[in-house]
Amino acid sequence: MALLELDKVTAEYGPIKALHGITLKVEQGEIVALLGANGAGKTTTLRAISGSVARGGSVRFDGRSMAGVAVHEAAQRGIGHVPEGRGTLVQLSVWDNLRMGAYTRRDGRQVEKDYDVVFDYFPILRTRRQQAAGSLSGGEQQMLAIARALMARPKLLLLDEPSLGLAPLLVKSIFQIVRSINRNESVAVLLVEQNAALALNVAHRAYLLETGRVVTEGQASDMARDESIRRAYLGY
Amino acid sequence: MTARRVRPRLDLVAFGVVLAAAALGAPFLVPGYLTLELSYGLIFSIAILGLNILTGYTGQITLGHGAFIAIGAYAAAIAQQKLGINYLATIPIAGLACGLVGFAVGIPALRLEGIYLALATFALAIAAPTLLKKPEAITGGVKGIILPPVTSPTDLLTDDQFFYGLCLVTTVLLFVLAWNILRGRTGRAFRAIRDGDLAAVSFGINLASYKTLAFALSAGLAGLAGALYGIATGFVSADAYPFQLSILLVVGGVLGGIATLEGAIIGGFFVEFLPVISQQALGTINKQLANAAPTVTQGIVLILIMFVARQGVAGLVRTGYHGARALLVRQPVKVAAEQTGPL
Amino acid sequence: MTYFLQQVVSGLAAGGAYASLALALVLIYSAMGLVNFAQGEFAMFATFIAWSLMVSLHVPYGIAFVLAVVLAMVGAAVIERAIVRPFERGPQLSVVIVTLALLAIVNGSAGFIWGYVPKPFPTPFPQSPVVIAGVYISIQDIGVIAVSILVLGLMYLLFNHTKLGLAMRTAALYPDSARLLGVSVGGMLAIGWGLASGVGAVSGILLAPSLFLEPNMMQQVVIYAFAAAVLGGIDSPIGAVVGGLLLGVLLALIGAYIPVLADLRLAVALLLIVVTLVLRPSGLFGQVHTRRV
Repeated sequence: MALLELDKVTAEYGPIKALHGITLKVEQGEIVALLGANGAGKTTTLRAISGSVARGGSVRFDGRSMAGVAVHEAAQRGIGHVPEGRGTLVQLSVWDNLRMGAYTRRDGRQVEKDYDVVFDYFPILRTRRQQAAGSLSGGEQQMLAIARALMARPKLLLLDEPSLGLAPLLVKSIFQIVRSINRNESVAVLLVEQNAALALNVAHRAYLLETGRVVTEGQASDMARDESIRRAYLGY
Repeated sequence: MTARRVRPRLDLVAFGVVLAAAALGAPFLVPGYLTLELSYGLIFSIAILGLNILTGYTGQITLGHGAFIAIGAYAAAIAQQKLGINYLATIPIAGLACGLVGFAVGIPALRLEGIYLALATFALAIAAPTLLKKPEAITGGVKGIILPPVTSPTDLLTDDQFFYGLCLVTTVLLFVLAWNILRGRTGRAFRAIRDGDLAAVSFGINLASYKTLAFALSAGLAGLAGALYGIATGFVSADAYPFQLSILLVVGGVLGGIATLEGAIIGGFFVEFLPVISQQALGTINKQLANAAPTVTQGIVLILIMFVARQGVAGLVRTGYHGARALLVRQPVKVAAEQTGPL
Repeated sequence: MTYFLQQVVSGLAAGGAYASLALALVLIYSAMGLVNFAQGEFAMFATFIAWSLMVSLHVPYGIAFVLAVVLAMVGAAVIERAIVRPFERGPQLSVVIVTLALLAIVNGSAGFIWGYVPKPFPTPFPQSPVVIAGVYISIQDIGVIAVSILVLGLMYLLFNHTKLGLAMRTAALYPDSARLLGVSVGGMLAIGWGLASGVGAVSGILLAPSLFLEPNMMQQVVIYAFAAAVLGGIDSPIGAVVGGLLLGVLLALIGAYIPVLADLRLAVALLLIVVTLVLRPSGLFGQVHTRRV
């Protein structure tokens, strides 16, 4: 049984239907990429998983149905959603952002140790911990967002466009860190990315979305080599 | 626009005739004290009409409407007692004076939106009684101003009946005037402001002038109501206009239907008869209960309305009426798009 | 000079109480962007409960104080959940109307239960003044200042040095992000209402001995509290406290040195509200809000 199972999931923004029946899964320990053009429904899929959008169909997480589960409860069950735009708590300090990341945790002593773990992944955050989060650069805020999500010790990390607006070198290092986190902390990752090449490089499997439907799925390496996908989404 | 023959809506005409008959016949069919209470009902209807124009149609929250009624009452009383003006003339004078005050209040109010305006008018309502009592020479301080009772100029009508007629005529005139204003360009501007300030600006509507106009109209109507109220009571004192009155008016307005005209009439009679009925029903059982009941009832009524029927009684009637007509006439019904409003 | 100091101390005492109620208003404004117009009535009702506990059940002052505050907190949280919650996402006017309705219900209920005759309210502080540096200062005033400092200090600690406080601030400023982090924003709101009411209740109980207990007792205080909150910045808790203290001292000094304005202090407060909102809406410590098109 997979960690996350979506079965014919639909979603709507008022009268507009954004997802027309998404079926996908994420196994424990996997990194799965969700690819597609703008407006294909990638972000909406993540929102449907965390419960941030009105949805239909079946979402099962960690063996339990997510029907009627509120957003904050989904987070308590182990879904760490890093939204588009990062959701930085701008007026609070970096340190307070991280503390809020640990909000759902009950094991105080382990939480203290985890701050160090997180600072090891992102040393720049340790230097800036007393600063207002809003004063960090875009890349640093992205790191903070991931670090914050990690503090919750989620079972599944939902990353929405982590590369958006960041310099290529920075993006590379962030993706390397994501891979490390996946391996060392055994956190599954569902990664939404426009930068398909990068995503396929780090993921195990991938799904390709088009106008709210899954059109292709497979091993990441296979999809990277697939001609039609390469042309349409990788640009060569 | 092509001319089209307007087919008279028989149902509306019939309703109008019945209403007119009831309104005209009432003072002759009911006991004297009830006639006076009906007059008060009309007076409050005028006040709530002002409230609805400002809050329901223009979206400016006001919790200080009672203060304008007090100002109007004082203006009329002072004009009559200190300046010797005939009491009938003091009514429009009070309306005008209050309208000017409303205009003056409307100017700083331009800088306040939503909750801040509610705050400021709330403070006004609480401070008004104290403020009005201060200039003792003019307002009579705590003792207030005493006015001579209204007497009927003809033997055909009793004093109460005559006064009722006066109120009725005034109410009809004002409602017709309001109806005209609201269905024209001014009314559209008001509604545009309520539904989206900034969008309204992009339509070329001068926010400032229309907002202050709404304040002036609202205050003017309250002033007219206040003048009539003072004349009816024969006594004007700021303590008769505590801030609870401002709240009661809002309750009446929302209950009737804050973004409607007919709702103002429903609200007006609610404001008058709620305390009266409470006293009659409960006064003998428990004095304390009778005093507290209107306040508690207002609150409960308001919450029920907010949960069940935000468009007020008038809104319910309109929906029900459209639905019933659709069934009877067997035509697809164009449900009026005016089931909107600030709530 | 001694007279001046006495007035300042009196002003600080009243100001401490205004600051508490102002803080209650600011808490809810920060969390929801709107004002609870019934805040004063909640405070009044809690004060009446304290009175009943002391006078009818002979509960000692301290315990009655705490019980009344706790009951106010629980009651307000329940009211928020049951009555206010359904309207929170709608137009502002709707919530304003609901809080007005609550104002009416609570005010009327108090009138029905306890009547409208003003009652004296017991105070634990001795009435004889104490002499400090040659100035006669009432122990009542000192007591009120001390309790205000204690309560406001506790609130400060709660908001800035506890996990709950951090979660509440996050929920108020960033509700969507807060949910994704596992915070029940609705729950935080209920707690916020509870805390606000508790602090408001403190204000009522502290002022009751000087105001005499009756259902309309908090209405003028509410205006002073609004003035303090607006002056300090309606979304700034620090502003509420500073504003309250400043206003308390200002009003005391006006009462003492400008007799002609003495019974117009309410009007002064009103003027302060309007002038501040028109000229500098963010107050002393608040933040300027731009309107997004």
